[in-house]
Amino acid sequence: MSEHRKSSRKEGKKDSKEDSKKRKREPIGSIDGPTVGQLTSHIANKQVRAEQYAKLKHKAKKEKGAERRKRQEEVQRAENLGIEGPRRKVPKTIENTREKDVTMIAPEDAEVEADDADDEFASYFNREQAPNVLLTTSYRPSKLMFQFLAEMLEVLPCATFYKRQGIALKKIVKYATAKGFTDVAVFNEDRKQVNGLLLIHLPAGPTAHFRLSSVKLSKDIKGHGRAARMKPELILNHFDTRLGHRLGRMLASLFHQDPSFKSRQVATFHNQRDCIFFRHHRYIFEEKQKGKEGTPQVVAHLQELGPRFTLKLQSLQSGTFNSKEGEFEFKYKSKMHQNRRRFVL
Amino acid sequence: MQNDAVIWQVINHGHCTYKVKTKTQNFCRNEYNVTGLCNRSSCPLANSRYATIREEDGRLYLYIKTIERAHTPKNLWQKIRLKKRYIEALEQIDQHLAYWPKFLVHKNKQRLTKITQYLIRMRRLALKPQPMLVPIAARTEKRDARREAKALTAAKLETSIEQELLNRLKQGTYGDIYNFDQKVYEKVLEAAEEEAIKEGDMAADEYVEGDEDEDEDKEEIQYVNEEDLDFDAEEGDMEDYAGSDEEPGSSAGDEDDSDVEASSSEDDEAGGRGQDRQAQRKRAATAAANGRGSRGAKRRRPLNIEYEMEHDTEKAAPVRQQAAW
Repeated sequence: MSEHRKSSRKEGKKDSKEDSKKRKREPIGSIDGPTVGQLTSHIANKQVRAEQYAKLKHKAKKEKGAERRKRQEEVQRAENLGIEGPRRKVPKTIENTREKDVTMIAPEDAEVEADDADDEFASYFNREQAPNVLLTTSYRPSKLMFQFLAEMLEVLPCATFYKRQGIALKKIVKYATAKGFTDVAVFNEDRKQVNGLLLIHLPAGPTAHFRLSSVKLSKDIKGHGRAARMKPELILNHFDTRLGHRLGRMLASLFHQDPSFKSRQVATFHNQRDCIFFRHHRYIFEEKQKGKEGTPQVVAHLQELGPRFTLKLQSLQSGTFNSKEGEFEFKYKSKMHQNRRRFVL
Repeated sequence: MQNDAVIWQVINHGHCTYKVKTKTQNFCRNEYNVTGLCNRSSCPLANSRYATIREEDGRLYLYIKTIERAHTPKNLWQKIRLKKRYIEALEQIDQHLAYWPKFLVHKNKQRLTKITQYLIRMRRLALKPQPMLVPIAARTEKRDARREAKALTAAKLETSIEQELLNRLKQGTYGDIYNFDQKVYEKVLEAAEEEAIKEGDMAADEYVEGDEDEDEDKEEIQYVNEEDLDFDAEEGDMEDYAGSDEEPGSSAGDEDDSDVEASSSEDDEAGGRGQDRQAQRKRAATAAANGRGSRGAKRRRPLNIEYEMEHDTEKAAPVRQQAAW
C-alpha cells in the first residue's frame, strides 16, 4: 500500500517536471506567458511545489536581468554611434488597451461638426446666449449642502441660488424657462452627503443625472486659496466619444465664454475612465531656472481653490426632466462596467 | 340564542381572537369595531345592536346590525353607502341611527371624520411627486470607489492642467497679459517637442481637447482688454444667495394648495380610487421589501445604501400654484 503510494507520488513528481519543462519554452514570467505560480500550482505537495517555485522564480529573474542588460547595451551602442536605438517598450495601461468604441470622435469630424452646429448648445457656442444657471437643492438640505453651494456659486458666477421650498422639479423647469435661465442644476443630498447632481439644459434639454462622490470643500483642502467670484477659464479633458462630447458641451455651457484672465482661475472637468473629476485652481506662470546655467523655463503653478468632487454619469435624457415619459440617450446599468476596459465617455 | 351578556362574559374573562392585550389597555382587531378598543360598549360581537363605518376603495359605508337579523349571519349587516360630501354623510348617519344609543352615533361620526381626513391626505400625497429610492449594491459601490481612486491616479490631474495652461499660453490665448522672454518661449517649445518625440507611442494616452475650447482660444484674444476693464461690473452680489426672497406669495401658494386638493378629491371619484389602489400597492411593495430585509438579517445583511432620486408621479398641476412660484 505504502509502496504504491510512493511510486504514484514519484510519478506525479516526474510528470510535473515534464510539464514544467514543456511549458518552459516561453520565457517564464513574461507578460504573455504563464506566471511561475500558474506553472507550479498543479503540484499538490507543498514542499515540492515551493522548491519548484523558487527554482523557476530564480531562473526567471536571471533571464529578465540578462534581457535588460542586453537592451541597455544596445541603447548605449546606438547612442555612441548616433543612430536610433531600439524602441522603448510601452507599458500597458487601461487607457491604451481600452475597448474600441465606434463612436469615438476623430478631430475635425464633419459629421460631428454638423451635429454641433444645430444641437441645443449651438446658441451658447454661437454667443447668442450667455449662461444663466438656476442652482437649487433636493427637498431638505442640511448645513453641509449650503457650504457646498456657497463654493459652487464662486465657481459659477452666472449661477443664482433658489431655495427649493418643496417645489416639484417640473414646476421649477417651467419657471426657469420663463425667467430666461439656460440651465437648472439640482444638487441632491442624502444622509448629510451631497451625492447627486441633476443638470437640466433649458429650454429643450437635455437632462443629465450624475452621481456625485468624493466631495471635498475648500476648507478641507490643504493649502487652499480663496476663490474670487469671477469667470473662470475652463478645461475639458478626454471627452472623446459622441456621448462624452455632448456631455462636454453641456458642461461647457455652464461657464462664460469670455473668462476673466486676470483672476487666473481655472475650472477643470477631467474625464478619466468615466469618472469626471472636477477641480478648481488658481494658476500662475513663472520663469524657473533649471540648474545654475540653464536658460529659464516657463512653468505653471497651481493652487487649489475647491471644491473638488467626482461626477459619474447615470443617465442622459433628451428633453427636460421627465421621469415618466422621458427618452433616454444613455442610461447607466451596473453591468456596463463589468469589463474594466469599456468606457462610454 | 343571542345573549349579549353571555358573549361578553366569554370574551372578557375567557378568550377572544380579536383581543390584543397591552400593558395599559386592551384593543380589538375586529374589522367592524367602531373605536378599536376592547370594551363592553364597543364590542361588535357582544352587542346585538351595533353600527360602524368602513372604507372600501375610497368610498365610505355605514354598516348596521340589528337583533332581528341575528339568526342569519349572511344578512346580519346592513350596508349603506354614504354620500361623498362630508355634511351629507353626517346627515345620513343621523337619519339611519335615529333613536340609537348616543354612544354609537357619536363614535360613528368621529370615525367618519377620521376616515374622510385620511382619504384627503392620501389623495394629496398621491398627487405630489415623491422622490424615488434606488437601492445601491454595496459591492458595486465598493468596486466603483476603488476604480475611481485608480482613475484619479491615472489622471495626473495637476500635470495635465498645468500642461494645458502652458499650451494656451503658447497659443497666445492670454494675449499680452504676460511677456516672457522669447528665449523662454522657445525653450518651452523645444521641451514640448522633445516630449512629443519621447512619448510618441504614448499618443493614445494624450488628451484630446474638446472643440469648444479651441473655439474659445481663437476668439479670446480680441476681448481680453474689454474684460480687464469691466470685470468688476460682472461680479455677483450676495443678494444672489437670497434669491428666494424675490418670490412673493410662495407661502400663500402652499395654503391655497390644501384647499384645491380637498375639493378636487371629493369631486372625482374614479381618479381618487385609482390613486388609492396605487398607494396600497406601493405600501404592500415596501412591506414586502421590509420583510425580506428582516429575514435576510440573520445571514449577512447586505449594506444597501439608498440615495434619493427625483422621481415625479405628477398629474396636471393646479394653475394657481404655478402662478405662485
